[in-house]
Amino acid sequence: MEMFDLTIIWAGIIGFGLMMYVLMDGFDLGLGILYPFAPDEDARDVMMNSVAPVWDGNETWLVLAGAGLLGAFPLVYSVFLPALYIGVFLMLAGLIFRGVAFEFRFKSRRNRRWWNRAFCWGSGVAAFAQGAVVGAYIQGFHVENFAFAGGAFDWLTPFSVLTGFGLMAGYALLGATWLILKSEGHIQEWAYKVTPLLLALVLGVFGIISIWTPFVNPVVWERWFGHLQLIWIFPALALLSAFMVYRSVKRRDEGIPFVATIGIYVFTYLGLIVSKWPVIVPPNYTLWDAASAPESQLFLLIGVLFVIPIILTYTAWTYWVFRGKVRVGEGYH
Amino acid sequence: MELDPLVLSRMQFAFVVSFHAIFPVFTIGLASYIALLHGLFFKTNNPAWDRLALFWTKVFAVVFGMGVVSGIVMSFQFGTNWSNFSQAASNFLGPVLSYEVVTAFFLEAAFLGVLLFGRGKVPQGVHLFAAIMVAIGTFISSFWILSANSWMHTPAGVELIDYRFHVVSWTEAIFNPSFPYRFAHMAMASFLTGGFVVAGVSAWFLLRGRDPEANRRALSMCLWLLLFLAPAQAVVGDFHGLNTLEHQPAKVAAMEGHWETSGNVPLLLFAIPDQEAQTNRFEIGIPNLASLILTHSTDGVIQGLNEFAPEEQPPVWIVFWAFRVMVGIGLLMIATALIGLLLRRKGKFHQHTGFLKTLVYMIPMPFVAVLAGWIVTESGRAPWLVYGMMTHAEGVTPSLTGPMALFTLVGYALVYVVVFYAGIYYLTRVVRNGMLPNEERETAGDNFRRPMRPLSATETPFDDDVDPVRN
Repeated sequence: MEMFDLTIIWAGIIGFGLMMYVLMDGFDLGLGILYPFAPDEDARDVMMNSVAPVWDGNETWLVLAGAGLLGAFPLVYSVFLPALYIGVFLMLAGLIFRGVAFEFRFKSRRNRRWWNRAFCWGSGVAAFAQGAVVGAYIQGFHVENFAFAGGAFDWLTPFSVLTGFGLMAGYALLGATWLILKSEGHIQEWAYKVTPLLLALVLGVFGIISIWTPFVNPVVWERWFGHLQLIWIFPALALLSAFMVYRSVKRRDEGIPFVATIGIYVFTYLGLIVSKWPVIVPPNYTLWDAASAPESQLFLLIGVLFVIPIILTYTAWTYWVFRGKVRVGEGYH
Repeated sequence: MELDPLVLSRMQFAFVVSFHAIFPVFTIGLASYIALLHGLFFKTNNPAWDRLALFWTKVFAVVFGMGVVSGIVMSFQFGTNWSNFSQAASNFLGPVLSYEVVTAFFLEAAFLGVLLFGRGKVPQGVHLFAAIMVAIGTFISSFWILSANSWMHTPAGVELIDYRFHVVSWTEAIFNPSFPYRFAHMAMASFLTGGFVVAGVSAWFLLRGRDPEANRRALSMCLWLLLFLAPAQAVVGDFHGLNTLEHQPAKVAAMEGHWETSGNVPLLLFAIPDQEAQTNRFEIGIPNLASLILTHSTDGVIQGLNEFAPEEQPPVWIVFWAFRVMVGIGLLMIATALIGLLLRRKGKFHQHTGFLKTLVYMIPMPFVAVLAGWIVTESGRAPWLVYGMMTHAEGVTPSLTGPMALFTLVGYALVYVVVFYAGIYYLTRVVRNGMLPNEERETAGDNFRRPMRPLSATETPFDDDVDPVRN
């Protein structure tokens, strides 16, 4: 393959898949995190109804990115998963419980309390575990001979705990701004009220993480402070997005807070990528070290290029069908 | 006690995959049945077929949903517990397993929604088409999974360079020697499972006198299907066994409890294999029959376990007995189908209480047989992970410790017990609510803005204070 570097194409596909996952499952996990703080049971119904039609489509991207990693970057798959062994278990258990809770809560009366708890705890644990994965990625892994050689809790450091809570706060912010978009009346009022608090929390935690990261990882230090570069545009744009969230909430806009929150995420994500590029299994292995054989990448690429447009169309269509406000007592029961 | 991460990882994989497998094995058969019901309704316009189709689609939705939930864990197991294997085999397994995911997503995005929620909104022909596509899709999914699994049993089309498999021929690797047999055996197992569940549930409804017209038709259809399938499965299984004899003789020797290479090998009906002594402690068998089955000659020589070093032998006790459970249930299935034929000639297969009760008790049997069959084939390949090329010990995650593996094994068991209990509990409620009469069906499910997820295809409550159908 002289004309195309398949590794770059695959990095793009998986990067895109993960981004889609974080944004889309982010807001429905976020609603789960906000769940116990909701003003009343009506609000909880609306919160759940607003994501019920789309949440499992959102998780599609996680499975696609996971399978794609095994096919295209097996080293990532075979180092990250053993290194994050306990965290992966917690994340999966969380996702399973909240998935089941989604389905059965509406069909329950007596047991509804339990499904509420499963939804909230499942969402929180899954979000924390995902945040900790990001932290562990920034820290790097102890790899020998193409296999993880560290201990079970290497990933669990004050830094990764902070990134775990950071992602929880970030998802909660996405959830709150989504709720502004999808709800009305006292529920929307509540969402307007919590959004600035969450925004402050997110800015605080993201700020600490950003300052801390270069100290955790000297390569990142070198990249950001070595010589003045264009990459400072990403944190600048992220801050601008944050300001837009704040202003649009003040002005009681309905759509802009959510879009601007997505902006915070996209620019932070891009900032993280440029900090690390092209290292994918820190500290030593690049995308090309981690890649599978070109014929394998090509074989899989055909199927994935076929299915991604279909998933995107289907996703867009679902969101279109379920557009508009979700009202109390409406939805499916 | 020393906690061995290898043993615990194998237990965890076996547990998770067994738990997962029972859902797809049922949905694959059921999907074809639903497509058939839609076809019959399309052709005859008899509302009984429509009632059946709607009812079984609801059951399908719940089981499919549980299959998806339990399947997510599977896709991470390879990395968490078998990272060396994932790394080594990724060039082949990565694309093949990903193609399964791709197929499943395509299926779900394009056709499942139409099947589950398209009633009355799309033309009947389109609905039928969606049902057929879902049925085909489930087969394509199992095609990829079984290809990957078969490749681990009979690796082909690859070169091992520096602890990494490189694909030389995709065709040879995907259509590896054991794949056609395994695929046929599994496809028929799915049909048998679907057939026995539908037969059992129809029998249960008939015993209670609910919708006798539709249920009599369903039962009659199932019994014809089983009459043909159950014996055919024995033949396919035999071919699969001969293929195994060629490629994995140690597994066949363990299945037969056959220690010393010899001719005139008896078929053992009962034995207590003693691996330490490398012999059976007690045995009852039919002379020469194993030789006849495996070599098609009464004095045919069969390789014994003595040709393999003890550390390269599979756990004989497990393989031997799991095989007998599977075959025993297979024979029970053939007998049930034959009794059905006898009763049919007297015209009372749908009235004979004893027979109907037997069918209800047969519901779990195909699941047990499928799991037993997988235990035979998977335990029987030990100690090999990729047969003849990589052992389980070489494939396990090197950083994994015993306590870590124990923690997740217990954890997954707890998660699955809760999910499984809720799922089965809910499924029995869906079944007990049964089929809707014609009038209700016309109005049910006309809410367009409803979520397009499998489980939301059912309206049955999870719980309520009075159970409307307890009678």
